[in-house]
Amino acid sequence: MTTQNAPLQSLKENKQDGNRMTTSPRKKGIDYWLPKIVLSPTIAITTVFIYGFIFLTAALSVTAEPLMTIFSLTNPNIDFTFDFIGLDHYVKLFENDRWNGALLNLGIFGVLFIGICMVVGLIFAILLDQNIRAEGALRTIYLYPMALSFIVTGTVWKWILNPSVGIEKFMQDIGFTNFTFDWIVDPQMAIYTVVIAGIWQSSGFVMAIFLAGLRGIDTSIIKAAQLDGASLFSVYTRIIIPSMRPVFFSAFVMLAHIAIKSFDLIMALTGGGPGNSTDVPAIFMYQFSFTRSQYDMGATSAMIMLMGVAAILIPYLYSELRGEKQ
Amino acid sequence: MSIKVQDSRYKDITARAVLYAVLVIAAIYYLAPLFLMIVTSFRSMDEIRVGQLIEWPKSFSLAAWSEAWNQVQIGAREELGLKPYFMNSIQMVIPSVAISTLLGALNGYVLSFWKFRGSGLFFALLLAGCFLPFQAILLPHSIVLGKLQLTGTISGLVLTHVIYGVAFTTLFFRNYYINLPGELIKAAKLDGAGFWMIFYRIILPLSTPIIVVSVIWQFTQIWNDFLFGVVFSDPDSQPVTVGLNNMVNSTTGEKRYNVDMAGAIIAALPTVFVYVVAGKYFVRGLTAGSVKG
Repeated sequence: MTTQNAPLQSLKENKQDGNRMTTSPRKKGIDYWLPKIVLSPTIAITTVFIYGFIFLTAALSVTAEPLMTIFSLTNPNIDFTFDFIGLDHYVKLFENDRWNGALLNLGIFGVLFIGICMVVGLIFAILLDQNIRAEGALRTIYLYPMALSFIVTGTVWKWILNPSVGIEKFMQDIGFTNFTFDWIVDPQMAIYTVVIAGIWQSSGFVMAIFLAGLRGIDTSIIKAAQLDGASLFSVYTRIIIPSMRPVFFSAFVMLAHIAIKSFDLIMALTGGGPGNSTDVPAIFMYQFSFTRSQYDMGATSAMIMLMGVAAILIPYLYSELRGEKQ
Repeated sequence: MSIKVQDSRYKDITARAVLYAVLVIAAIYYLAPLFLMIVTSFRSMDEIRVGQLIEWPKSFSLAAWSEAWNQVQIGAREELGLKPYFMNSIQMVIPSVAISTLLGALNGYVLSFWKFRGSGLFFALLLAGCFLPFQAILLPHSIVLGKLQLTGTISGLVLTHVIYGVAFTTLFFRNYYINLPGELIKAAKLDGAGFWMIFYRIILPLSTPIIVVSVIWQFTQIWNDFLFGVVFSDPDSQPVTVGLNNMVNSTTGEKRYNVDMAGAIIAALPTVFVYVVAGKYFVRGLTAGSVKG
């Protein structure tokens, strides 16, 4: 039916994803409605719990307190006054030193975490790609931290980094009496301990992504280049790495996403401390919303986080979708 | 001539040796914390009181394990140890994984073989949900859970995990089904097979690998979740990640890192077990969507 109406379009779509099936609109039997019925719970969930809630959070961030009382459990009088106050909360948020500190920490953590994970991941992917005998076992070892909860990682590293029992104590006991490694209790340095633990947990994952990317490269080009006398180094820097650009992009998006959402690791490792020195937006949001009940600040900071993710994600999805069409 | 060959061979061997050395050192780096966790968890309380963390154990004891499992006081909770939290996690994770995987399979089936107008757009909208920073929905969600009287219950957590996991499971199944030969379904349709019949007889039997991927992914995500656990549950329904975090941070007085380590292993054991048994599928879930093809 459809092929007659729009042969070209349907051909194109068939090419795109080999198995599109069109239900004939003529016989609106049970098989016409069933797919829609089956999908409807998820449509409802997505509409309400994702997009609806994002809208509500956005609404909370641009209205004065009353909106919250609409939803409040204890208040039975539904008050529909929608007191729009524009971007006041956003101004207030960016005047808040703690928030700005949290943003700065996220910046430091994000840049180092993403940068080092990418470099380490790429190096070990390349090293593992040299016909290594025990590749499977090594890969398993590099990647297992990813199966752990960030809370577990945080707990372990908290002790390792603890100056009075961990690495510092160990080094001092074996003779390096002047050795100090007390970053975790030093407000200036504590954020770097989060980087250390984060890299330990996630770099194997980046390696796995890169390794999959390396395996996807057409080996005939590489062989041709090597026949032409190109060294292994220049094969990597001139051919392989440039052709993995989409993989870099994916890895970057994944890591940025982990960084912006990072909450559990910091809660377990430093609890945001010492002081507020390892505060990040996710912790700020949690504490303002659920321990201080300042919902306006909580919602506003959540919106900034969402915008951050969107700023990274939209170009990514755009390029992915464009790639699919080609 | 022959000297040159030997020379380059020698160079090759050295390079390989360095390569393996680097890889092994890296492996030690990744394994060290795990090794430390295991070794420390078996040290006795007496040794812990005088000793330090990184040293060869002089004693062997299971005390830290039983302490962490059902003796340590966590918060103000009556039941002791991580055990009740661990049980909560089990009760939370099984229905969440089952429901979200089933929903994902059905959604993927519809989105691959029974498309209708707008289904593609819906898929794109759902996909964005995979990247949603949950902070953006926490406040309204906590209000709605409150309205539904599900705050602080395991059912509330199950509902939450199903809702925010279904985007991933749908993505897994849809991307898997879209690569199945469409002729199979076309032929079945011509033969008069209906929606459920095709799903049950053709699609489901072909789905084992992706079901494994989905189950492992969801299991790991939900078991390891901390944010929903800490926000939406009360002490009676908190999952093991929250229990562990409370335990580690509430221990007052003496340092008992052997108990912390045993607790951490207890919390990590299920997901590590799954990883060891089915690592291949775990990696496939991790990289799904990040690397095309």
